[in-house]
Amino acid sequence: MKENQEVLFGLYDDETELLEAVKQAKAEHLDIMDVYTPFPVHGLDPILGLEESRLHIAGFIFGALGTLTAFLFMTWVFTRDWPVIFGGKPYWSVPAFIPITFELTVLFAAIGMVVTFYTICGLGPGVTNPVLDERISDDKFCLAFQTNGASNDSINSLKGFLQRTGASEVHQKVI
Amino acid sequence: MSAVVSPIREPLITGNKTYHQITEDLCGPTEKAPNLAWIIAFIISIAFLTFGVFCIAWTIWFGIGSWDLNRTIGWGWDITNFVWWIGIGHAGTLISAILLLFRQKWRTGVNRAAEAMTIFAVLCAALFPGIHVGRAWVVFYFFPYPNTRGPLWPNFNSPLLWDLFAISTYFTVSLLFWYTGLVPDFASVRDRAKGFRKKIYNFVSFGWTGSAKHWQRWESLSLILAGIATPLVLSVHTIVSFDFATSVIPGWHTTIFPPYFVAGAIFSGFAMVLTLMLITRKILNLEDYITIAHIESMNKIILLTGTIVGVAYLTELFIAWYSGYIYEQFAFYNRVFGPYWWSYVGMMSCNVLSPQIFWSKKMRRNIFVTFVMSIFINIGMWFERFVIIATTLARDYLPSSWSWYDPTWVEIGIYLGTMGIFFTLYLLFTRVAPVVAAAEVKSILKTSGDQYAGKNAHSHGHGHGHGHHHETTHKVEYDDTADSAPLSAATPMPETKVEEVTEVVEENTMEKVVEESIGIIDDVEDDLKKIEGIGPKIEGLLKAGGFKTFAALAGADLDAIQKILDDAGPRYRIHDPATWSAQAKMAAEGRWEELQKWQDELDGGKE
Repeated sequence: MKENQEVLFGLYDDETELLEAVKQAKAEHLDIMDVYTPFPVHGLDPILGLEESRLHIAGFIFGALGTLTAFLFMTWVFTRDWPVIFGGKPYWSVPAFIPITFELTVLFAAIGMVVTFYTICGLGPGVTNPVLDERISDDKFCLAFQTNGASNDSINSLKGFLQRTGASEVHQKVI
Repeated sequence: MSAVVSPIREPLITGNKTYHQITEDLCGPTEKAPNLAWIIAFIISIAFLTFGVFCIAWTIWFGIGSWDLNRTIGWGWDITNFVWWIGIGHAGTLISAILLLFRQKWRTGVNRAAEAMTIFAVLCAALFPGIHVGRAWVVFYFFPYPNTRGPLWPNFNSPLLWDLFAISTYFTVSLLFWYTGLVPDFASVRDRAKGFRKKIYNFVSFGWTGSAKHWQRWESLSLILAGIATPLVLSVHTIVSFDFATSVIPGWHTTIFPPYFVAGAIFSGFAMVLTLMLITRKILNLEDYITIAHIESMNKIILLTGTIVGVAYLTELFIAWYSGYIYEQFAFYNRVFGPYWWSYVGMMSCNVLSPQIFWSKKMRRNIFVTFVMSIFINIGMWFERFVIIATTLARDYLPSSWSWYDPTWVEIGIYLGTMGIFFTLYLLFTRVAPVVAAAEVKSILKTSGDQYAGKNAHSHGHGHGHGHHHETTHKVEYDDTADSAPLSAATPMPETKVEEVTEVVEENTMEKVVEESIGIIDDVEDDLKKIEGIGPKIEGLLKAGGFKTFAALAGADLDAIQKILDDAGPRYRIHDPATWSAQAKMAAEGRWEELQKWQDELDGGKE
């Protein structure tokens, strides 16, 4: 179990206000805990300084694994384990292996990537993550700061920052 | 918001929605008790489902002999229905994957329901090979698993086995894609729910928080899944067509089958999407999200794919004649004039002739016509598969073995049963999940909502008297904008073009949309792109740097502007802002004609 986090967060009504606020927070070198939005806000990642997702690498690796699994398995079955002649074709009839090889490539890539996605995000069936505000999945855009061990002064200045940048509501919560 | 959207494009979300209103409209139906129409439809569906289950049980108990298949006609309604359902299952992934790659925003209104439809249709399809094998209890022999018979492996060279892999993969990938899209919307439902409902939706929403990093990965995942689902969706019906094309039956053994089957699948899939969506939008009051613009877009795809299918039919006939191969020629003669001529007529009239009505814009936008057409196409595509399968088999090489086939009540019952399964699942889906992808619709609201795009758009910046309602500036603006091409494409009539241009510019949407796309809204802003040398990107930089109006730019220090460009990187450093403040001064003072005259002399904003 992670220890409790004290969170100070502001709710914005519009993504453009949020983008401006995040931009400013970065300019003032504030330590942003996270940003929560009801939908993917484009242009947020570079401002937040998020690195590009490397999920596609996982996809490629799993896909390649699928390709190899299918192709090598069929090769083994038809040349080593139980060679059978179908329609006078060679045992190792590569063109006929292509459809299944392709399908398994896609299957492995998709399953692997989805499992990777949920794993690295810490999401999954039955996982309960703390919800800062129930309207974040509706129409509020949330900018959150962690305030564990922060002095009153710094909390107040953060509050001031949130209000200054147009947050319609500012809340503190222990999660 | 990542791209500049033409203001001429029709809005995809009507009714002046806010984000909250979208949540209300889309999550709301899952929270209310079902209405009478839903209950009646559900009871009917369950009745069909029950009868279907009974007929399947009958088939398994008494064997395939309860069908009218015989030694000559080994495939009848079962495989016809199988291919029909698989075809219907193609629209969902096409909409969600291919249209995502093509950045078609209208897909957000229909992708969720279409994907659900795909999954249910593939389930119905998968049923048929399962029971057609006769001994349904050993159907797992299909799968290559280490068994005690050697192990003996299935024949990996057989298209029927490829089919198994293709359909299993397609089903799995579609399900993953669909569910991943559902997770954020389940979170929305969770956050509105109370008590036990909250627990259920908490479970199915996987603990989604909406964190920026999660969204980023979610988008990346969606994009890559779309990328791999695109060849997948094309492969599935290609492989289904291999079931026929790799045989040596005249009329089946043709190389045209893969593209022809894929086009037909998309065609029938869109027809079924339309059938369902037209009913769904009415019952759930989703007219603001599934608009006439959506329906028209789908009708265009129907027209295209229907025509491709038509060309394929004619090509088949031509090649049969041209090949000089009498068995092939007979197979097609038999299709057109043989004992099953009526199914060929049904196929041709429903699939090729009737969709031509959609050349008329009026018809494409008529809901009643669209609904009737979608039913026609569903029927026509069923006939197509019947023509290919039963008609071809009925007259084989030896006239002594020619045969006739009528479905028994068991076969009809199973077909109706799959309808029951399909509609039962779909109706349940409309109760438990937002039928339209709420998060995705929210993400296009600012570019495609009717308050932002289209004729009725209004701008926050409107009414500040920037002076660019002046007639002479219109041309300048459009010449400088990347949108001028789609503009003319969207409005074929020259006189309407002029009208619309004037109207839109007066509505001040162009600036609005561009501002939106850069993510800056301020009450007092000018369209800095009017200054020669400034494009949308630089405008964004300048506005971010504090120069939002012509007046601000007119008074700006040259070094300050140069610094903004330098900071933005090498792509912008090369621009020369020397004349910008002088141009801005003219604009700020409303000296438009003078400005335009000067701009004609300037070369890309440089003297």
